[in-house]
Amino acid sequence: MKYEPVIGLEIHIELSSKSKMFCSCSADYFGADPNTHTCPVCLGLPGALPVANTIVIESAQKLGLAIHGENLLSSKFDRKNYFYPDLAKGFQISQYQEPFSLGGWIEIEVESPADAGALAGRQSRKIEVTRAHLEEDTGKVAHATINGRKVSLIDFNRSGVPLLEIVSEPVMHSSEEAKAYAQKLQQIVRYIGISACDMEKGSMRIEPNVSLRKVSNVSKVSKGSNVGELPAYKVELKNINSFRFAQKAIEYEILRQTEILEKGETPALETRGWDEVKNRTFSQRSKEMAHDYRYFPEPDLPPYLFTEDYIAKLKSQMPELPNEKFKRFKDQYQLSKYDCLLLTSDLDLAEFFESTVKAYEKGEPKRIANWIIGELLRRLNETQTRLADLNLLPASLAELLLLTDEGKITTVSAKEIFEKMITSNKNIQELIKEMGAETISADKLAEAIDLAVKLNPDAVAQYKAGKEQVFGFLVGQVQRQTQGKADPKAVADLLKQKLK
Amino acid sequence: MKIDIGHVAKLANLKLTSSEEKTYEKQLGEVLNYVSKLNELNTDKVETISNITGMVNVSRGDEAKPSLSQEDALKNAPKVHNGFFEVDAIFGENGPE
Amino acid sequence: MKSKGNICARFRRMKNPNLSDLTIKEVGELIAGKQIKATDLAKAYLDRAEKLNRKLNAYITICGEMALAQAEKVDDLMADNQKLSPLAGIPFGLKDNFLTNGIRTTAASKVLEDYIPVYDATTVSRLKDANAVFIGKTNHDAWAHGASGENSDFGNTLNPYDTGRVPGGSSSGSAAALAADMCIAATGTDTGGSIRQPSGFCNLVGLKPTYGRVSRYGIIAMASSLDTVGHLTKTVYDSALILNTTAGLDEMDATTSPEALVDYTDGIESGVRGLKIGLPKEYFAGLNPDIKKVIMDATKKLESLGAQIVDISLPHTEYGVATYYIIQPSEVSSNLARYDGIRFGNPRTAFGSEAKRRIILGTFTLSSGYYDAYYLKAMKVRRLIREDFIKSFTKVDCLLAPVSPTLPFKIGEKVNDPLQMYLADAYTVNINLAGVPSLVIPAGFIDGLPVGMQIIGPDFTEKQLYQVGYAYEQETQLYKERPKL
Repeated sequence: MKYEPVIGLEIHIELSSKSKMFCSCSADYFGADPNTHTCPVCLGLPGALPVANTIVIESAQKLGLAIHGENLLSSKFDRKNYFYPDLAKGFQISQYQEPFSLGGWIEIEVESPADAGALAGRQSRKIEVTRAHLEEDTGKVAHATINGRKVSLIDFNRSGVPLLEIVSEPVMHSSEEAKAYAQKLQQIVRYIGISACDMEKGSMRIEPNVSLRKVSNVSKVSKGSNVGELPAYKVELKNINSFRFAQKAIEYEILRQTEILEKGETPALETRGWDEVKNRTFSQRSKEMAHDYRYFPEPDLPPYLFTEDYIAKLKSQMPELPNEKFKRFKDQYQLSKYDCLLLTSDLDLAEFFESTVKAYEKGEPKRIANWIIGELLRRLNETQTRLADLNLLPASLAELLLLTDEGKITTVSAKEIFEKMITSNKNIQELIKEMGAETISADKLAEAIDLAVKLNPDAVAQYKAGKEQVFGFLVGQVQRQTQGKADPKAVADLLKQKLK
Repeated sequence: MKIDIGHVAKLANLKLTSSEEKTYEKQLGEVLNYVSKLNELNTDKVETISNITGMVNVSRGDEAKPSLSQEDALKNAPKVHNGFFEVDAIFGENGPE
Repeated sequence: MKSKGNICARFRRMKNPNLSDLTIKEVGELIAGKQIKATDLAKAYLDRAEKLNRKLNAYITICGEMALAQAEKVDDLMADNQKLSPLAGIPFGLKDNFLTNGIRTTAASKVLEDYIPVYDATTVSRLKDANAVFIGKTNHDAWAHGASGENSDFGNTLNPYDTGRVPGGSSSGSAAALAADMCIAATGTDTGGSIRQPSGFCNLVGLKPTYGRVSRYGIIAMASSLDTVGHLTKTVYDSALILNTTAGLDEMDATTSPEALVDYTDGIESGVRGLKIGLPKEYFAGLNPDIKKVIMDATKKLESLGAQIVDISLPHTEYGVATYYIIQPSEVSSNLARYDGIRFGNPRTAFGSEAKRRIILGTFTLSSGYYDAYYLKAMKVRRLIREDFIKSFTKVDCLLAPVSPTLPFKIGEKVNDPLQMYLADAYTVNINLAGVPSLVIPAGFIDGLPVGMQIIGPDFTEKQLYQVGYAYEQETQLYKERPKL
């Protein structure tokens, strides 16, 4: 009996904003002392009222546009009522029936499984999205023991921070698909600039839903999104803070559930946490899965009505999205798929690439791509920095290449200079002087060549007699004279001419 | 109309004595009987009302303003510890969400 | 009108000042004319408040220190020849669901028995900026749940006109304090009649403004889509003076309206000539005949002043109580969820029985399987109720109606039957459901007990309501009938 995983992802993204979702407390609460970023509104004090943050609504709508969702022209907030100590008001302001975006899809690429026959290789798939809606975050609960007593400690700094929840349809069938979906969503979110979307820092949280169903025809792997019949249960996974763990947790669940199903039993409908030390999921203290949240429209927040014009305007402000940019780079710059993937992985990097190509009037996209991938991206990865945090200008790289072309600096020097530009934020001219990288002038080169030839008559004679390999020695001698400040190509050319 | 008062009280995070449960069941049964009078009206083609005076699109600019001091935030709390609100240990992760 | 000289003489004596003639308008003029000092006024009212509160229980907290400090500031500003607001130095009672920074605010409930807010309600700030003086926090039905003043966790409040009877509710303390001259103005909230009904029971002027006219920020929420923030005064002009200060957009309350502000006193003496006043027949069918007579006499008086009386129908009136008692408890159940004893207040076991009743009812009407039949249905009927009013206003300028089906009833008469209590809201709740403004003014007396009537208008027409109210008030001068205390 073969089972097919049925996987959906619920992803929460902490949106970037200066203030919280319904109040003006600073949203930059990371690392702050407890309960220092609160106000009557996010602390749920008597009499406090919410007022929605414009930027946050726009962010939600931009995401909707980016995933080809239907941006609803009529939208509102709803109250989700339940009791928990980290939920200050005893209800969360969320969206139930009219979220800012409905539907849509995210296109991913995965390797098809080995037994896919005709469908083997990398396949692209559109993963359908159910909805994207806004909601406020809750406070944080920590557990402690004080004088032998077990207590819970609550910090409301995070209460009211804006979250965008994106729910996929349960149409993924492997952990690879799930990971690819999450990564693509992260890329899109970063492209449109609405969130840092960082799993390690908690601004992106993934909750996979995993269940299994029987596969009727084993040789067919569903390419399209065929929701089909859903299993009678699903398991929600929490406490996952990296893509790697997401993948591992899903894989573990698939195995665990397969075992249960093969015994003829049904896995429990529950929430399980990922234990990254033991590499397994564990049942969280059981709660009833079916909560009665008593949703009703939030009476303190008037509803929203948008016009087609407004949505069109928002759309016109959107950047070219990753998959589109990838396709265009392939066509326009004739670069390899691999190069295009890397160059478009980050919007800043892609823009840096294109600006450099423009600034370096001779074009040569492949050469520039090599520089950016080989030198810049490598350096950024090594130092865990983001391009946006540097003062590096595309014009500077273009200038560097031009100087190399003109022989004013060697390629080797250029690479050293570039590395220093990345790490020190100094400009080219400063660095050239500092490193003494300037190649010598034509006159001085001619002098050096004359001198080298004069000082090595035997070698010269041997070369003229036909011994080609002596040439390298002579080039080396010239380099010694110039202290390596001569461009090797220039040296070789001039030396050849001299020895004719 | 019979309400499962025990279940509703749990949803409402209220502890009721069995005598209270009986009283409320009776009283609320009467109220619910009365309010079901709305079924006399056919509202199939009627839209619900949201903001009563028809307001829409209220939001504010994204500007951070000073928060309460930690002292004020904790001022009326029955139990605090090192700047946190303190309660007896809660079991289970992150609530129903 | 007593001469200003007599009032000053009274104050100078200070032994037993008769404060009963004083209105905001008069006092404002005396202060501006430097004929009395705000501190003397404050002391006189604090004194009277302390004395009478033992019997009437109108105040939960009396703010002696704050009142004197505020009054001193007014006197300093006057000495400095500053031009002040008409509310400067005016002794106010604030309903105890208005948050006052640093001053205990209880919502008349044991849950908040020791709660000290860390911020002021917007309305409180506006009154502070106008240099009003706060005599104290007035008693009310806990959480504003009630129509008699008998649901307070801090004891009943008595009606100054007959201390064996209720002053009405939920703004019971505000009405009693004002009627007994323990302040010259009092604030309140009106969600289902909580300003209007006690105003009617205590011979006072009570304004329920248009929903969204006055900020709810910092007012302990009862039912968010129905709550309005208003006030009680002895005269119509006084009421207009207060609205001038409290009305207007508030960036902290997303439901406040950007509707332009007007001077509500401007043209208040315009009279009713040419105005069409509608009498909704559903409010008069089955009305207590004595009360009906008082109100019909009032309409005749208005006719004699030049108004045209028109018969009107508001066909969905009979569904108001049912609609209200679904929507309101639903929102109440959600708004009271924050009282969990963690960040402030006592645990939920401290809730009184009426609060618990409404929370249970509202939790049920929102719950899975019942939401459509109750809350959703009610929100649809609510649209029909509002449309009734809007349609009527195409035919008339305003409506006139009774406030209460009964006279102020005896204490204890109604507490055991919640449904009966709820049904008594029949004349007030439809106005809250529709969102429109209503002004209650004294209509007359029956056996020494006050009878009020309400003037209801389209959204944001408080100015017109004041004109109608002023005309009737000046003609009848009922505010001069003071209680015998």
